[in-house]
Amino acid sequence: MSSTLESAVKEICRACGNDRMRMMDIVRAVQEKFGCVDSQAMSLIAKEVSVHRVEVESVVSFYAFLSSQPKGKVVIRLCDDIIDEMKGGRKVAEALKDKLGIDFGETTADGRISLEHTPCIGMCDQAPAALINDEVVTYLSADSARDIIDKLQSHMDPKKLVSRLGDGNNAHDLVRSMVHNSIRKEGPVIFGTMAPGDGLRKALAMSPQEVIRDVKTSRLRGRGGAGFPTGMKWEFTRGAPGDDRFVICNADEGEPGTFKDRVILTERSDLMFEGMTIAGYAIGADTGIIYLRAEYAYLRAFLEHALAERRKAGLLGKNILGKHGFDFDIRIQMGAGAYICGEETALISSCEGLRGDPKNRPPFPAQKGIYAKPTVVNNVETFCCVARILEKGPGWFAEMGSEGSTGTKLLSIAGDCSKPGVYEVPFGITLREMLEMCGAKDTLAVQMGGASGVMVGKAQFDQTICYDDLATGGSVMVFDQSRDVLAVASKFMDFFIEESCGYCTPCRVGNPLLKERLDRIRAGKGEPGDLDYLQDLGETVTIASRCGLGQTSARPVLSTLANFRAIYERLVKPAVDGLQPAFDIHAALADSTEITGRESVHFQR
Amino acid sequence: MSDTITLTIDGRKIQGEPGQTILEAAEAAGVYIPRLCAFEGLVPHGSCRVCTVMVNGRPQAACTQPIAEGMLVENDTAQILAIRRNIIDMLFVEGNHFCMFCEKSGNCELQALAYRFGITAPKYPYLFPSRDVDASHPDIFIDRNRCVLCGRCVRASRDLDGKNVFEFVGRGPEKRVAVNAEARLVDTDIDVTDKALDVCPVGALLKKRVGYAVPVGRRLYDHKRIGSDIEQPATTK
Ligand SMILES: Cc1cc2nc3c(=O)[nH]c(=O)nc-3n(C[C@H](O)[C@H](O)[C@H](O)COP(=O)(O)O)c2cc1C
Ligand code: SF4
Ligand code: FES
Ligand code: FES
Repeated sequence: MSSTLESAVKEICRACGNDRMRMMDIVRAVQEKFGCVDSQAMSLIAKEVSVHRVEVESVVSFYAFLSSQPKGKVVIRLCDDIIDEMKGGRKVAEALKDKLGIDFGETTADGRISLEHTPCIGMCDQAPAALINDEVVTYLSADSARDIIDKLQSHMDPKKLVSRLGDGNNAHDLVRSMVHNSIRKEGPVIFGTMAPGDGLRKALAMSPQEVIRDVKTSRLRGRGGAGFPTGMKWEFTRGAPGDDRFVICNADEGEPGTFKDRVILTERSDLMFEGMTIAGYAIGADTGIIYLRAEYAYLRAFLEHALAERRKAGLLGKNILGKHGFDFDIRIQMGAGAYICGEETALISSCEGLRGDPKNRPPFPAQKGIYAKPTVVNNVETFCCVARILEKGPGWFAEMGSEGSTGTKLLSIAGDCSKPGVYEVPFGITLREMLEMCGAKDTLAVQMGGASGVMVGKAQFDQTICYDDLATGGSVMVFDQSRDVLAVASKFMDFFIEESCGYCTPCRVGNPLLKERLDRIRAGKGEPGDLDYLQDLGETVTIASRCGLGQTSARPVLSTLANFRAIYERLVKPAVDGLQPAFDIHAALADSTEITGRESVHFQR
Repeated sequence: MSDTITLTIDGRKIQGEPGQTILEAAEAAGVYIPRLCAFEGLVPHGSCRVCTVMVNGRPQAACTQPIAEGMLVENDTAQILAIRRNIIDMLFVEGNHFCMFCEKSGNCELQALAYRFGITAPKYPYLFPSRDVDASHPDIFIDRNRCVLCGRCVRASRDLDGKNVFEFVGRGPEKRVAVNAEARLVDTDIDVTDKALDVCPVGALLKKRVGYAVPVGRRLYDHKRIGSDIEQPATTK
């Protein structure tokens, strides 16, 4: 057994050129083959790629999809996002536990099946959903969950669980998934038609500087959440000193409630690849990397195929489209389950074979990104916009949307609405229009921008969706009057606690503290002073955290405090006995009462 | 002169050299910016966030942020002091710190920061984590109950000792300092003369049999508050 491990690890490392920068590929491969990267495997890998053993451990222990303890041949990862919970996820969870006779985090006694929870897998429109190894199963119910276990126990082949295929490329031979696109509204930019090469050809007829000028003229801003002007980012990167340059496409899509990039990857990958190639030309890069979240591994073979097709068509590779000296190719880097790896510097760390810790800035990626070379990181949708801007001209693009937010935006809408799915809308529509469009009724609250966004109520429904008002990277979650917004906020805090990299104090410690006090209030044990406590703590986490995760992680609390304050105020009450409501004196005294055999003189029941 | 950079800290103009961080430039000018993970001679880590300052109105870690001409730095404002105090509080409740019987007491930077900020008891509830002690090595021990995850030992072992005895594993609240062995410190190549042993700000990484050597009253922070050797009364330029 150990000699097979040894030779297999050697082989895996050799296939990766014994290159420590490819640690992610190495540990993923070992995990896949042996169900874990155990202590012995870590030592072997360390030896092969000449790093310290503890460095391998630091990587393995970081990512949710890697483990040092053996996992079953089949790993079921049930999404425990808030939307899944609303759609019956708890019943599915109970059914799975019951049927397998194990709890979450455990493996069946025969070592065959492991059961786990995982944050949003990008399937909120068809929740409850789960990953079974790389396969996605959707619209789960207690019955279908039990049926899945029966089938798995007989054939142990997740692929065979796919009985009906989804629409579009989900039915492609290389995907064969039951996932649905749920495209509800096609707009002119992302869902408009463009033949592969049409944007690139126009770009190559210009100078790189002119391409950047067009992107700037279009006033395109990043679609991944932060909204940084894309043309300006490219200009910085082009101008930064360095010989090699890199283009990275951020396909980590980890923000709870976002699934629009999934649809682009399935139906519009050509547009994305074309945008990346244009970026390569504009900044002078010859390598592009797609950082694909592990949850989307089911799309990998299909994307590899699409890349191969582009190579064949002369759209990737050497002297692209006959342009002498323009060489560019794209590879896929798989993630391993970590929301923080969507943050661009953490993503770069991960691509370099490290823990997904964000890096200190400066230097910024544009100056020193991957391998300390100038690097552009953009979202999947941003690259698609670029391709269309080059094809149709910046004026065409800038005419759509609003002044500060040009073009269209893909929204992934889920929750309490009759038409969940992906909508391409011009920037500037109001929340009310959006709610109408997706069939939302009796809406109490909308979470704009995912867990790291803001929870808004009726008073904000006439605000507009754009960078300068209600911003979103795509996630929109709708909650009707039957929902408990503080329970939702608490759920989001769980998410941040789980996903914090743990590097900096305010995020690592502050988030658990926020959750503690929020839950105390929810349990009816809060005092009026707790609201100021939460505000002060939340502000410290926001201001002092090192990266965007911690800088936004207090928002579930801060935005509900601002927009749903009445709910908090109803729950907190001053203590009547002068003691903290959260403090149960009798419970605290129980042990001594037992030992002394008598009750306290001062505190009697 | 183009070789000096002028910036303002709390209304006072100071001069620094290109390449300096705010923390370094301030220190050279006699302005103490509280810090915990920063340590002279080690690359900045930017993790504790105790050194948070406002730079042109935006929060930055003074230990990683390079100075720039005309920068306006706020270091000693009510807002910044409150944030730092909160962070120090967080570090106390995150671990299990029992200063009264800790070998490092009186020489502990965390304890000294708490005194400087007037913290007698943290305002946050204790999280009482379950953490372990590694006393496997004959001359050295690690008490993770007291670790503040500053990464000084990680950096010192790697960059000063050339060894990589320590590294972070896990993430979020599970993050901890691991050793370069299956599990135990004794199985690493650490040596009692390693520089990594002299950098821990708290009592988490200590040499055995040397605790309590200095009597109370003569310990580092018994009479002077942390930062007082840096601080100078503001001089007019
Ligand atoms: C915690 C965190 C997670 C993020 N996740 C993503 C993501 O999944 N996809 C994405 O495109 N951007 C994500 N971002 C934003 C990226 O850091 C970066 O701003 C973006 O990829 C830049 O591309 P853009 O300008 O095209 O939006 C995340 C940021 C943070 C702080
Ligand atoms: S805010 Fe700090 S702990 Fe949180 S993810 Fe960012 S660097 Fe890590
Ligand atoms: S001293 Fe700057 S972050 Fe710790
Ligand atoms: S007194 Fe600070 S860690 Fe012991």
